[in-house]
Formats: sequence, structure tokens, C-alpha cells
Amino acid sequence: MIHAVTATGIILILTGLWCMLTRKHIIRIIIGFSIIDTGIHIMIVSTGYIRNRTAPILDHAVGLQGAADKVVDPVPSALVLTAIVIGLAVTALMLSYAVKLYRRKRTLDINNYAELKW
Amino acid sequence: MIKRLFVLLAVAGMAVILIPFVSGNGAGDALNNVAATYVEDAPRDLGTMNIVTAVIVTYRGLDTLGEVLVLFIATAGVGFLLKKRREGDPVQPPSEILSTGGMILMPLIVLFGIYVFSHGHLTPGGGFQGGVIIATAFLLAMLSARRLPIYSGLLTWIESVSGFAYLAVGVLGLVLAGGFLDSRLLPAGRYGSLLSSGTIPLIYTFIGLKVGTELVSILDKLRSNQ
Repeated sequence: MIHAVTATGIILILTGLWCMLTRKHIIRIIIGFSIIDTGIHIMIVSTGYIRNRTAPILDHAVGLQGAADKVVDPVPSALVLTAIVIGLAVTALMLSYAVKLYRRKRTLDINNYAELKW
Repeated sequence: MIKRLFVLLAVAGMAVILIPFVSGNGAGDALNNVAATYVEDAPRDLGTMNIVTAVIVTYRGLDTLGEVLVLFIATAGVGFLLKKRREGDPVQPPSEILSTGGMILMPLIVLFGIYVFSHGHLTPGGGFQGGVIIATAFLLAMLSARRLPIYSGLLTWIESVSGFAYLAVGVLGLVLAGGFLDSRLLPAGRYGSLLSSGTIPLIYTFIGLKVGTELVSILDKLRSNQ
């Protein structure tokens, strides 16, 4: 049986990896990182999914009795919530490095940043 | 061409690693022991309706503290890299519709953000989400007002005080309740009411204020750097 959500996550991860490895523009590389990030989040959330169950919020509709048989796994959701915030922070930091690099050389093409090339 | 081959190899290798997950390596048919314990214990011990919130704020509270720290360091890095410069003139003044609509919507979005972070223990939501919603309200205001004054001193002050208060609540849990960041410092209250679940609404309010002010200051730094 194929999990459509997991497959979506994998496609996003592969697309983002390809984007990061082939693009030359720094902003596009950052966009590729963002796509990988999103794909990983979707994959982690999908590992906690159990068919025919609901979100782990125990209101009156779910009830407290036997709640463990009615809800999906709350741990992957909590992990992804952390990962989203960290991803946002890292992206903001990368973008400000891009601004700094642009100010130094007036270009964002990585072919012009050959100082660390061997 | 050899480079393209390597790229292809890297993507194919990643695909080989990830493809087995498609055929269902997930949770299976039942919750594992840890998750089942969280789901059964959280309403009884902590009084939270939203189990994800209980995991984030109490059971894995130390991870959340680290997450807040990462966000703080990233904000500090952005502030270090992008020093504030004089405000350049906006390329194009905002239109009448954008400026009027922005001014009408902004207080409503801030109110919604406050609702999201103060009801984190009852509904889907919490401090991080509420903080981001508040930051979007300020982004809208930055786009719609020609020159929105952002008092960075006030932002820093709110951020520091709420970060300190979050830590202080954690240490009080260590002294007065079961451990660091234990939310049973305050009584659990009536299940499902706003003032319940011990210190979780308090912690999420501090996190919401901290995340909101941090993101607003990142936006402000990126904006005033042309």
C-alpha cells in the first residue's frame, strides 16, 4: 500500500536536493533548502498517522475514555512543530548571509565566490 | 557532464534511502507505549486537551527551551549581520486600498494571534503559531504604511522580559513542583476551561510574545536594509 502523503514528502525532498545541487544562484539554493525542509516535515508527520483516527485533541467529540485508540501519534506533530520554527530561523539567517554577500560583491552567483574552491 | 552524473547519483541515492518509507513504515495500527502514555496521562495529570501542547511544553519542555534558544541565536545573528541603516525611500508608495485595508486588518490579526497562543492547551495552536501570526500583522503594517515606526528598544525589552519569565517559571517548577518546567506549579483547574492546565497558558503566552517580537525585529532588520 502506498502512502500518498509520504510519497509527496519524498518527491519534495528529492526536488529540493536537485535544486540545491544544480542551481547557481544563492537565493535559489536557499529555496531548495526550504523545499527539502517542507518535505521532511511532511514525511515526519505522515509517520505518526494511523488510518481512521483523529487529531490528538481530546475534546467532547473524542472523550477521555479509551482516547489512546482514537487519536494519532502526538509525538511526530510535536517534533515537526519544533522543526518548523528551527527551519524558519535557519532560513532567516541564510537570507541575511545572502544580503551580506551581495553587499560585498554585488552578485549572488556562486561561480563568483571561488575563495574556498580547490 | 561528470558533475551532472554526480548530482544524479546523489539524488538517486537519496531516493533509494527514502523509497522504503512509501510502503508504510509509520505508526502501524496502534500507538506505541510512549505516545499512549502521553495521551492517557496528559488530561489526567496536566489537564490539557491538546496532547501536542502537553508534549511540547511539559513532557519535552527542555527541547522547547532549546528551540527558543535557537530562535534567539538566529535573531541575534540576523541582527549582527544586518546592522540598521538609514531608511531608504520605498520604491513605490502603497496604494489606498492596501494602506486602508492593512490598518483595518492589523488589530484583528494581532487579536487572533493572542487568541491562538492563549488557547494553545485547548485548541490547535500555541505560542509559536500565535507569535508568527502577530508577526504577519506587523508585516502587513510594514507593507501598507509608508513609514511604520518600529521601536526596536521596546521589542528587545519585551523579548528579554518574556524569555526571562519563561525561564523563571521553569525554575519555580524545579523548586515548588516536580521538576524543571513542570506545569503542575499551578492547579490543573477545570478540564477544558481557559484558566486550566497549570502554567501551560502562562508559558505559551511568554513564548508567543517572545517569538512575535523576535520575528518582528527580523522583519524590521530585513526591511530597513536596502
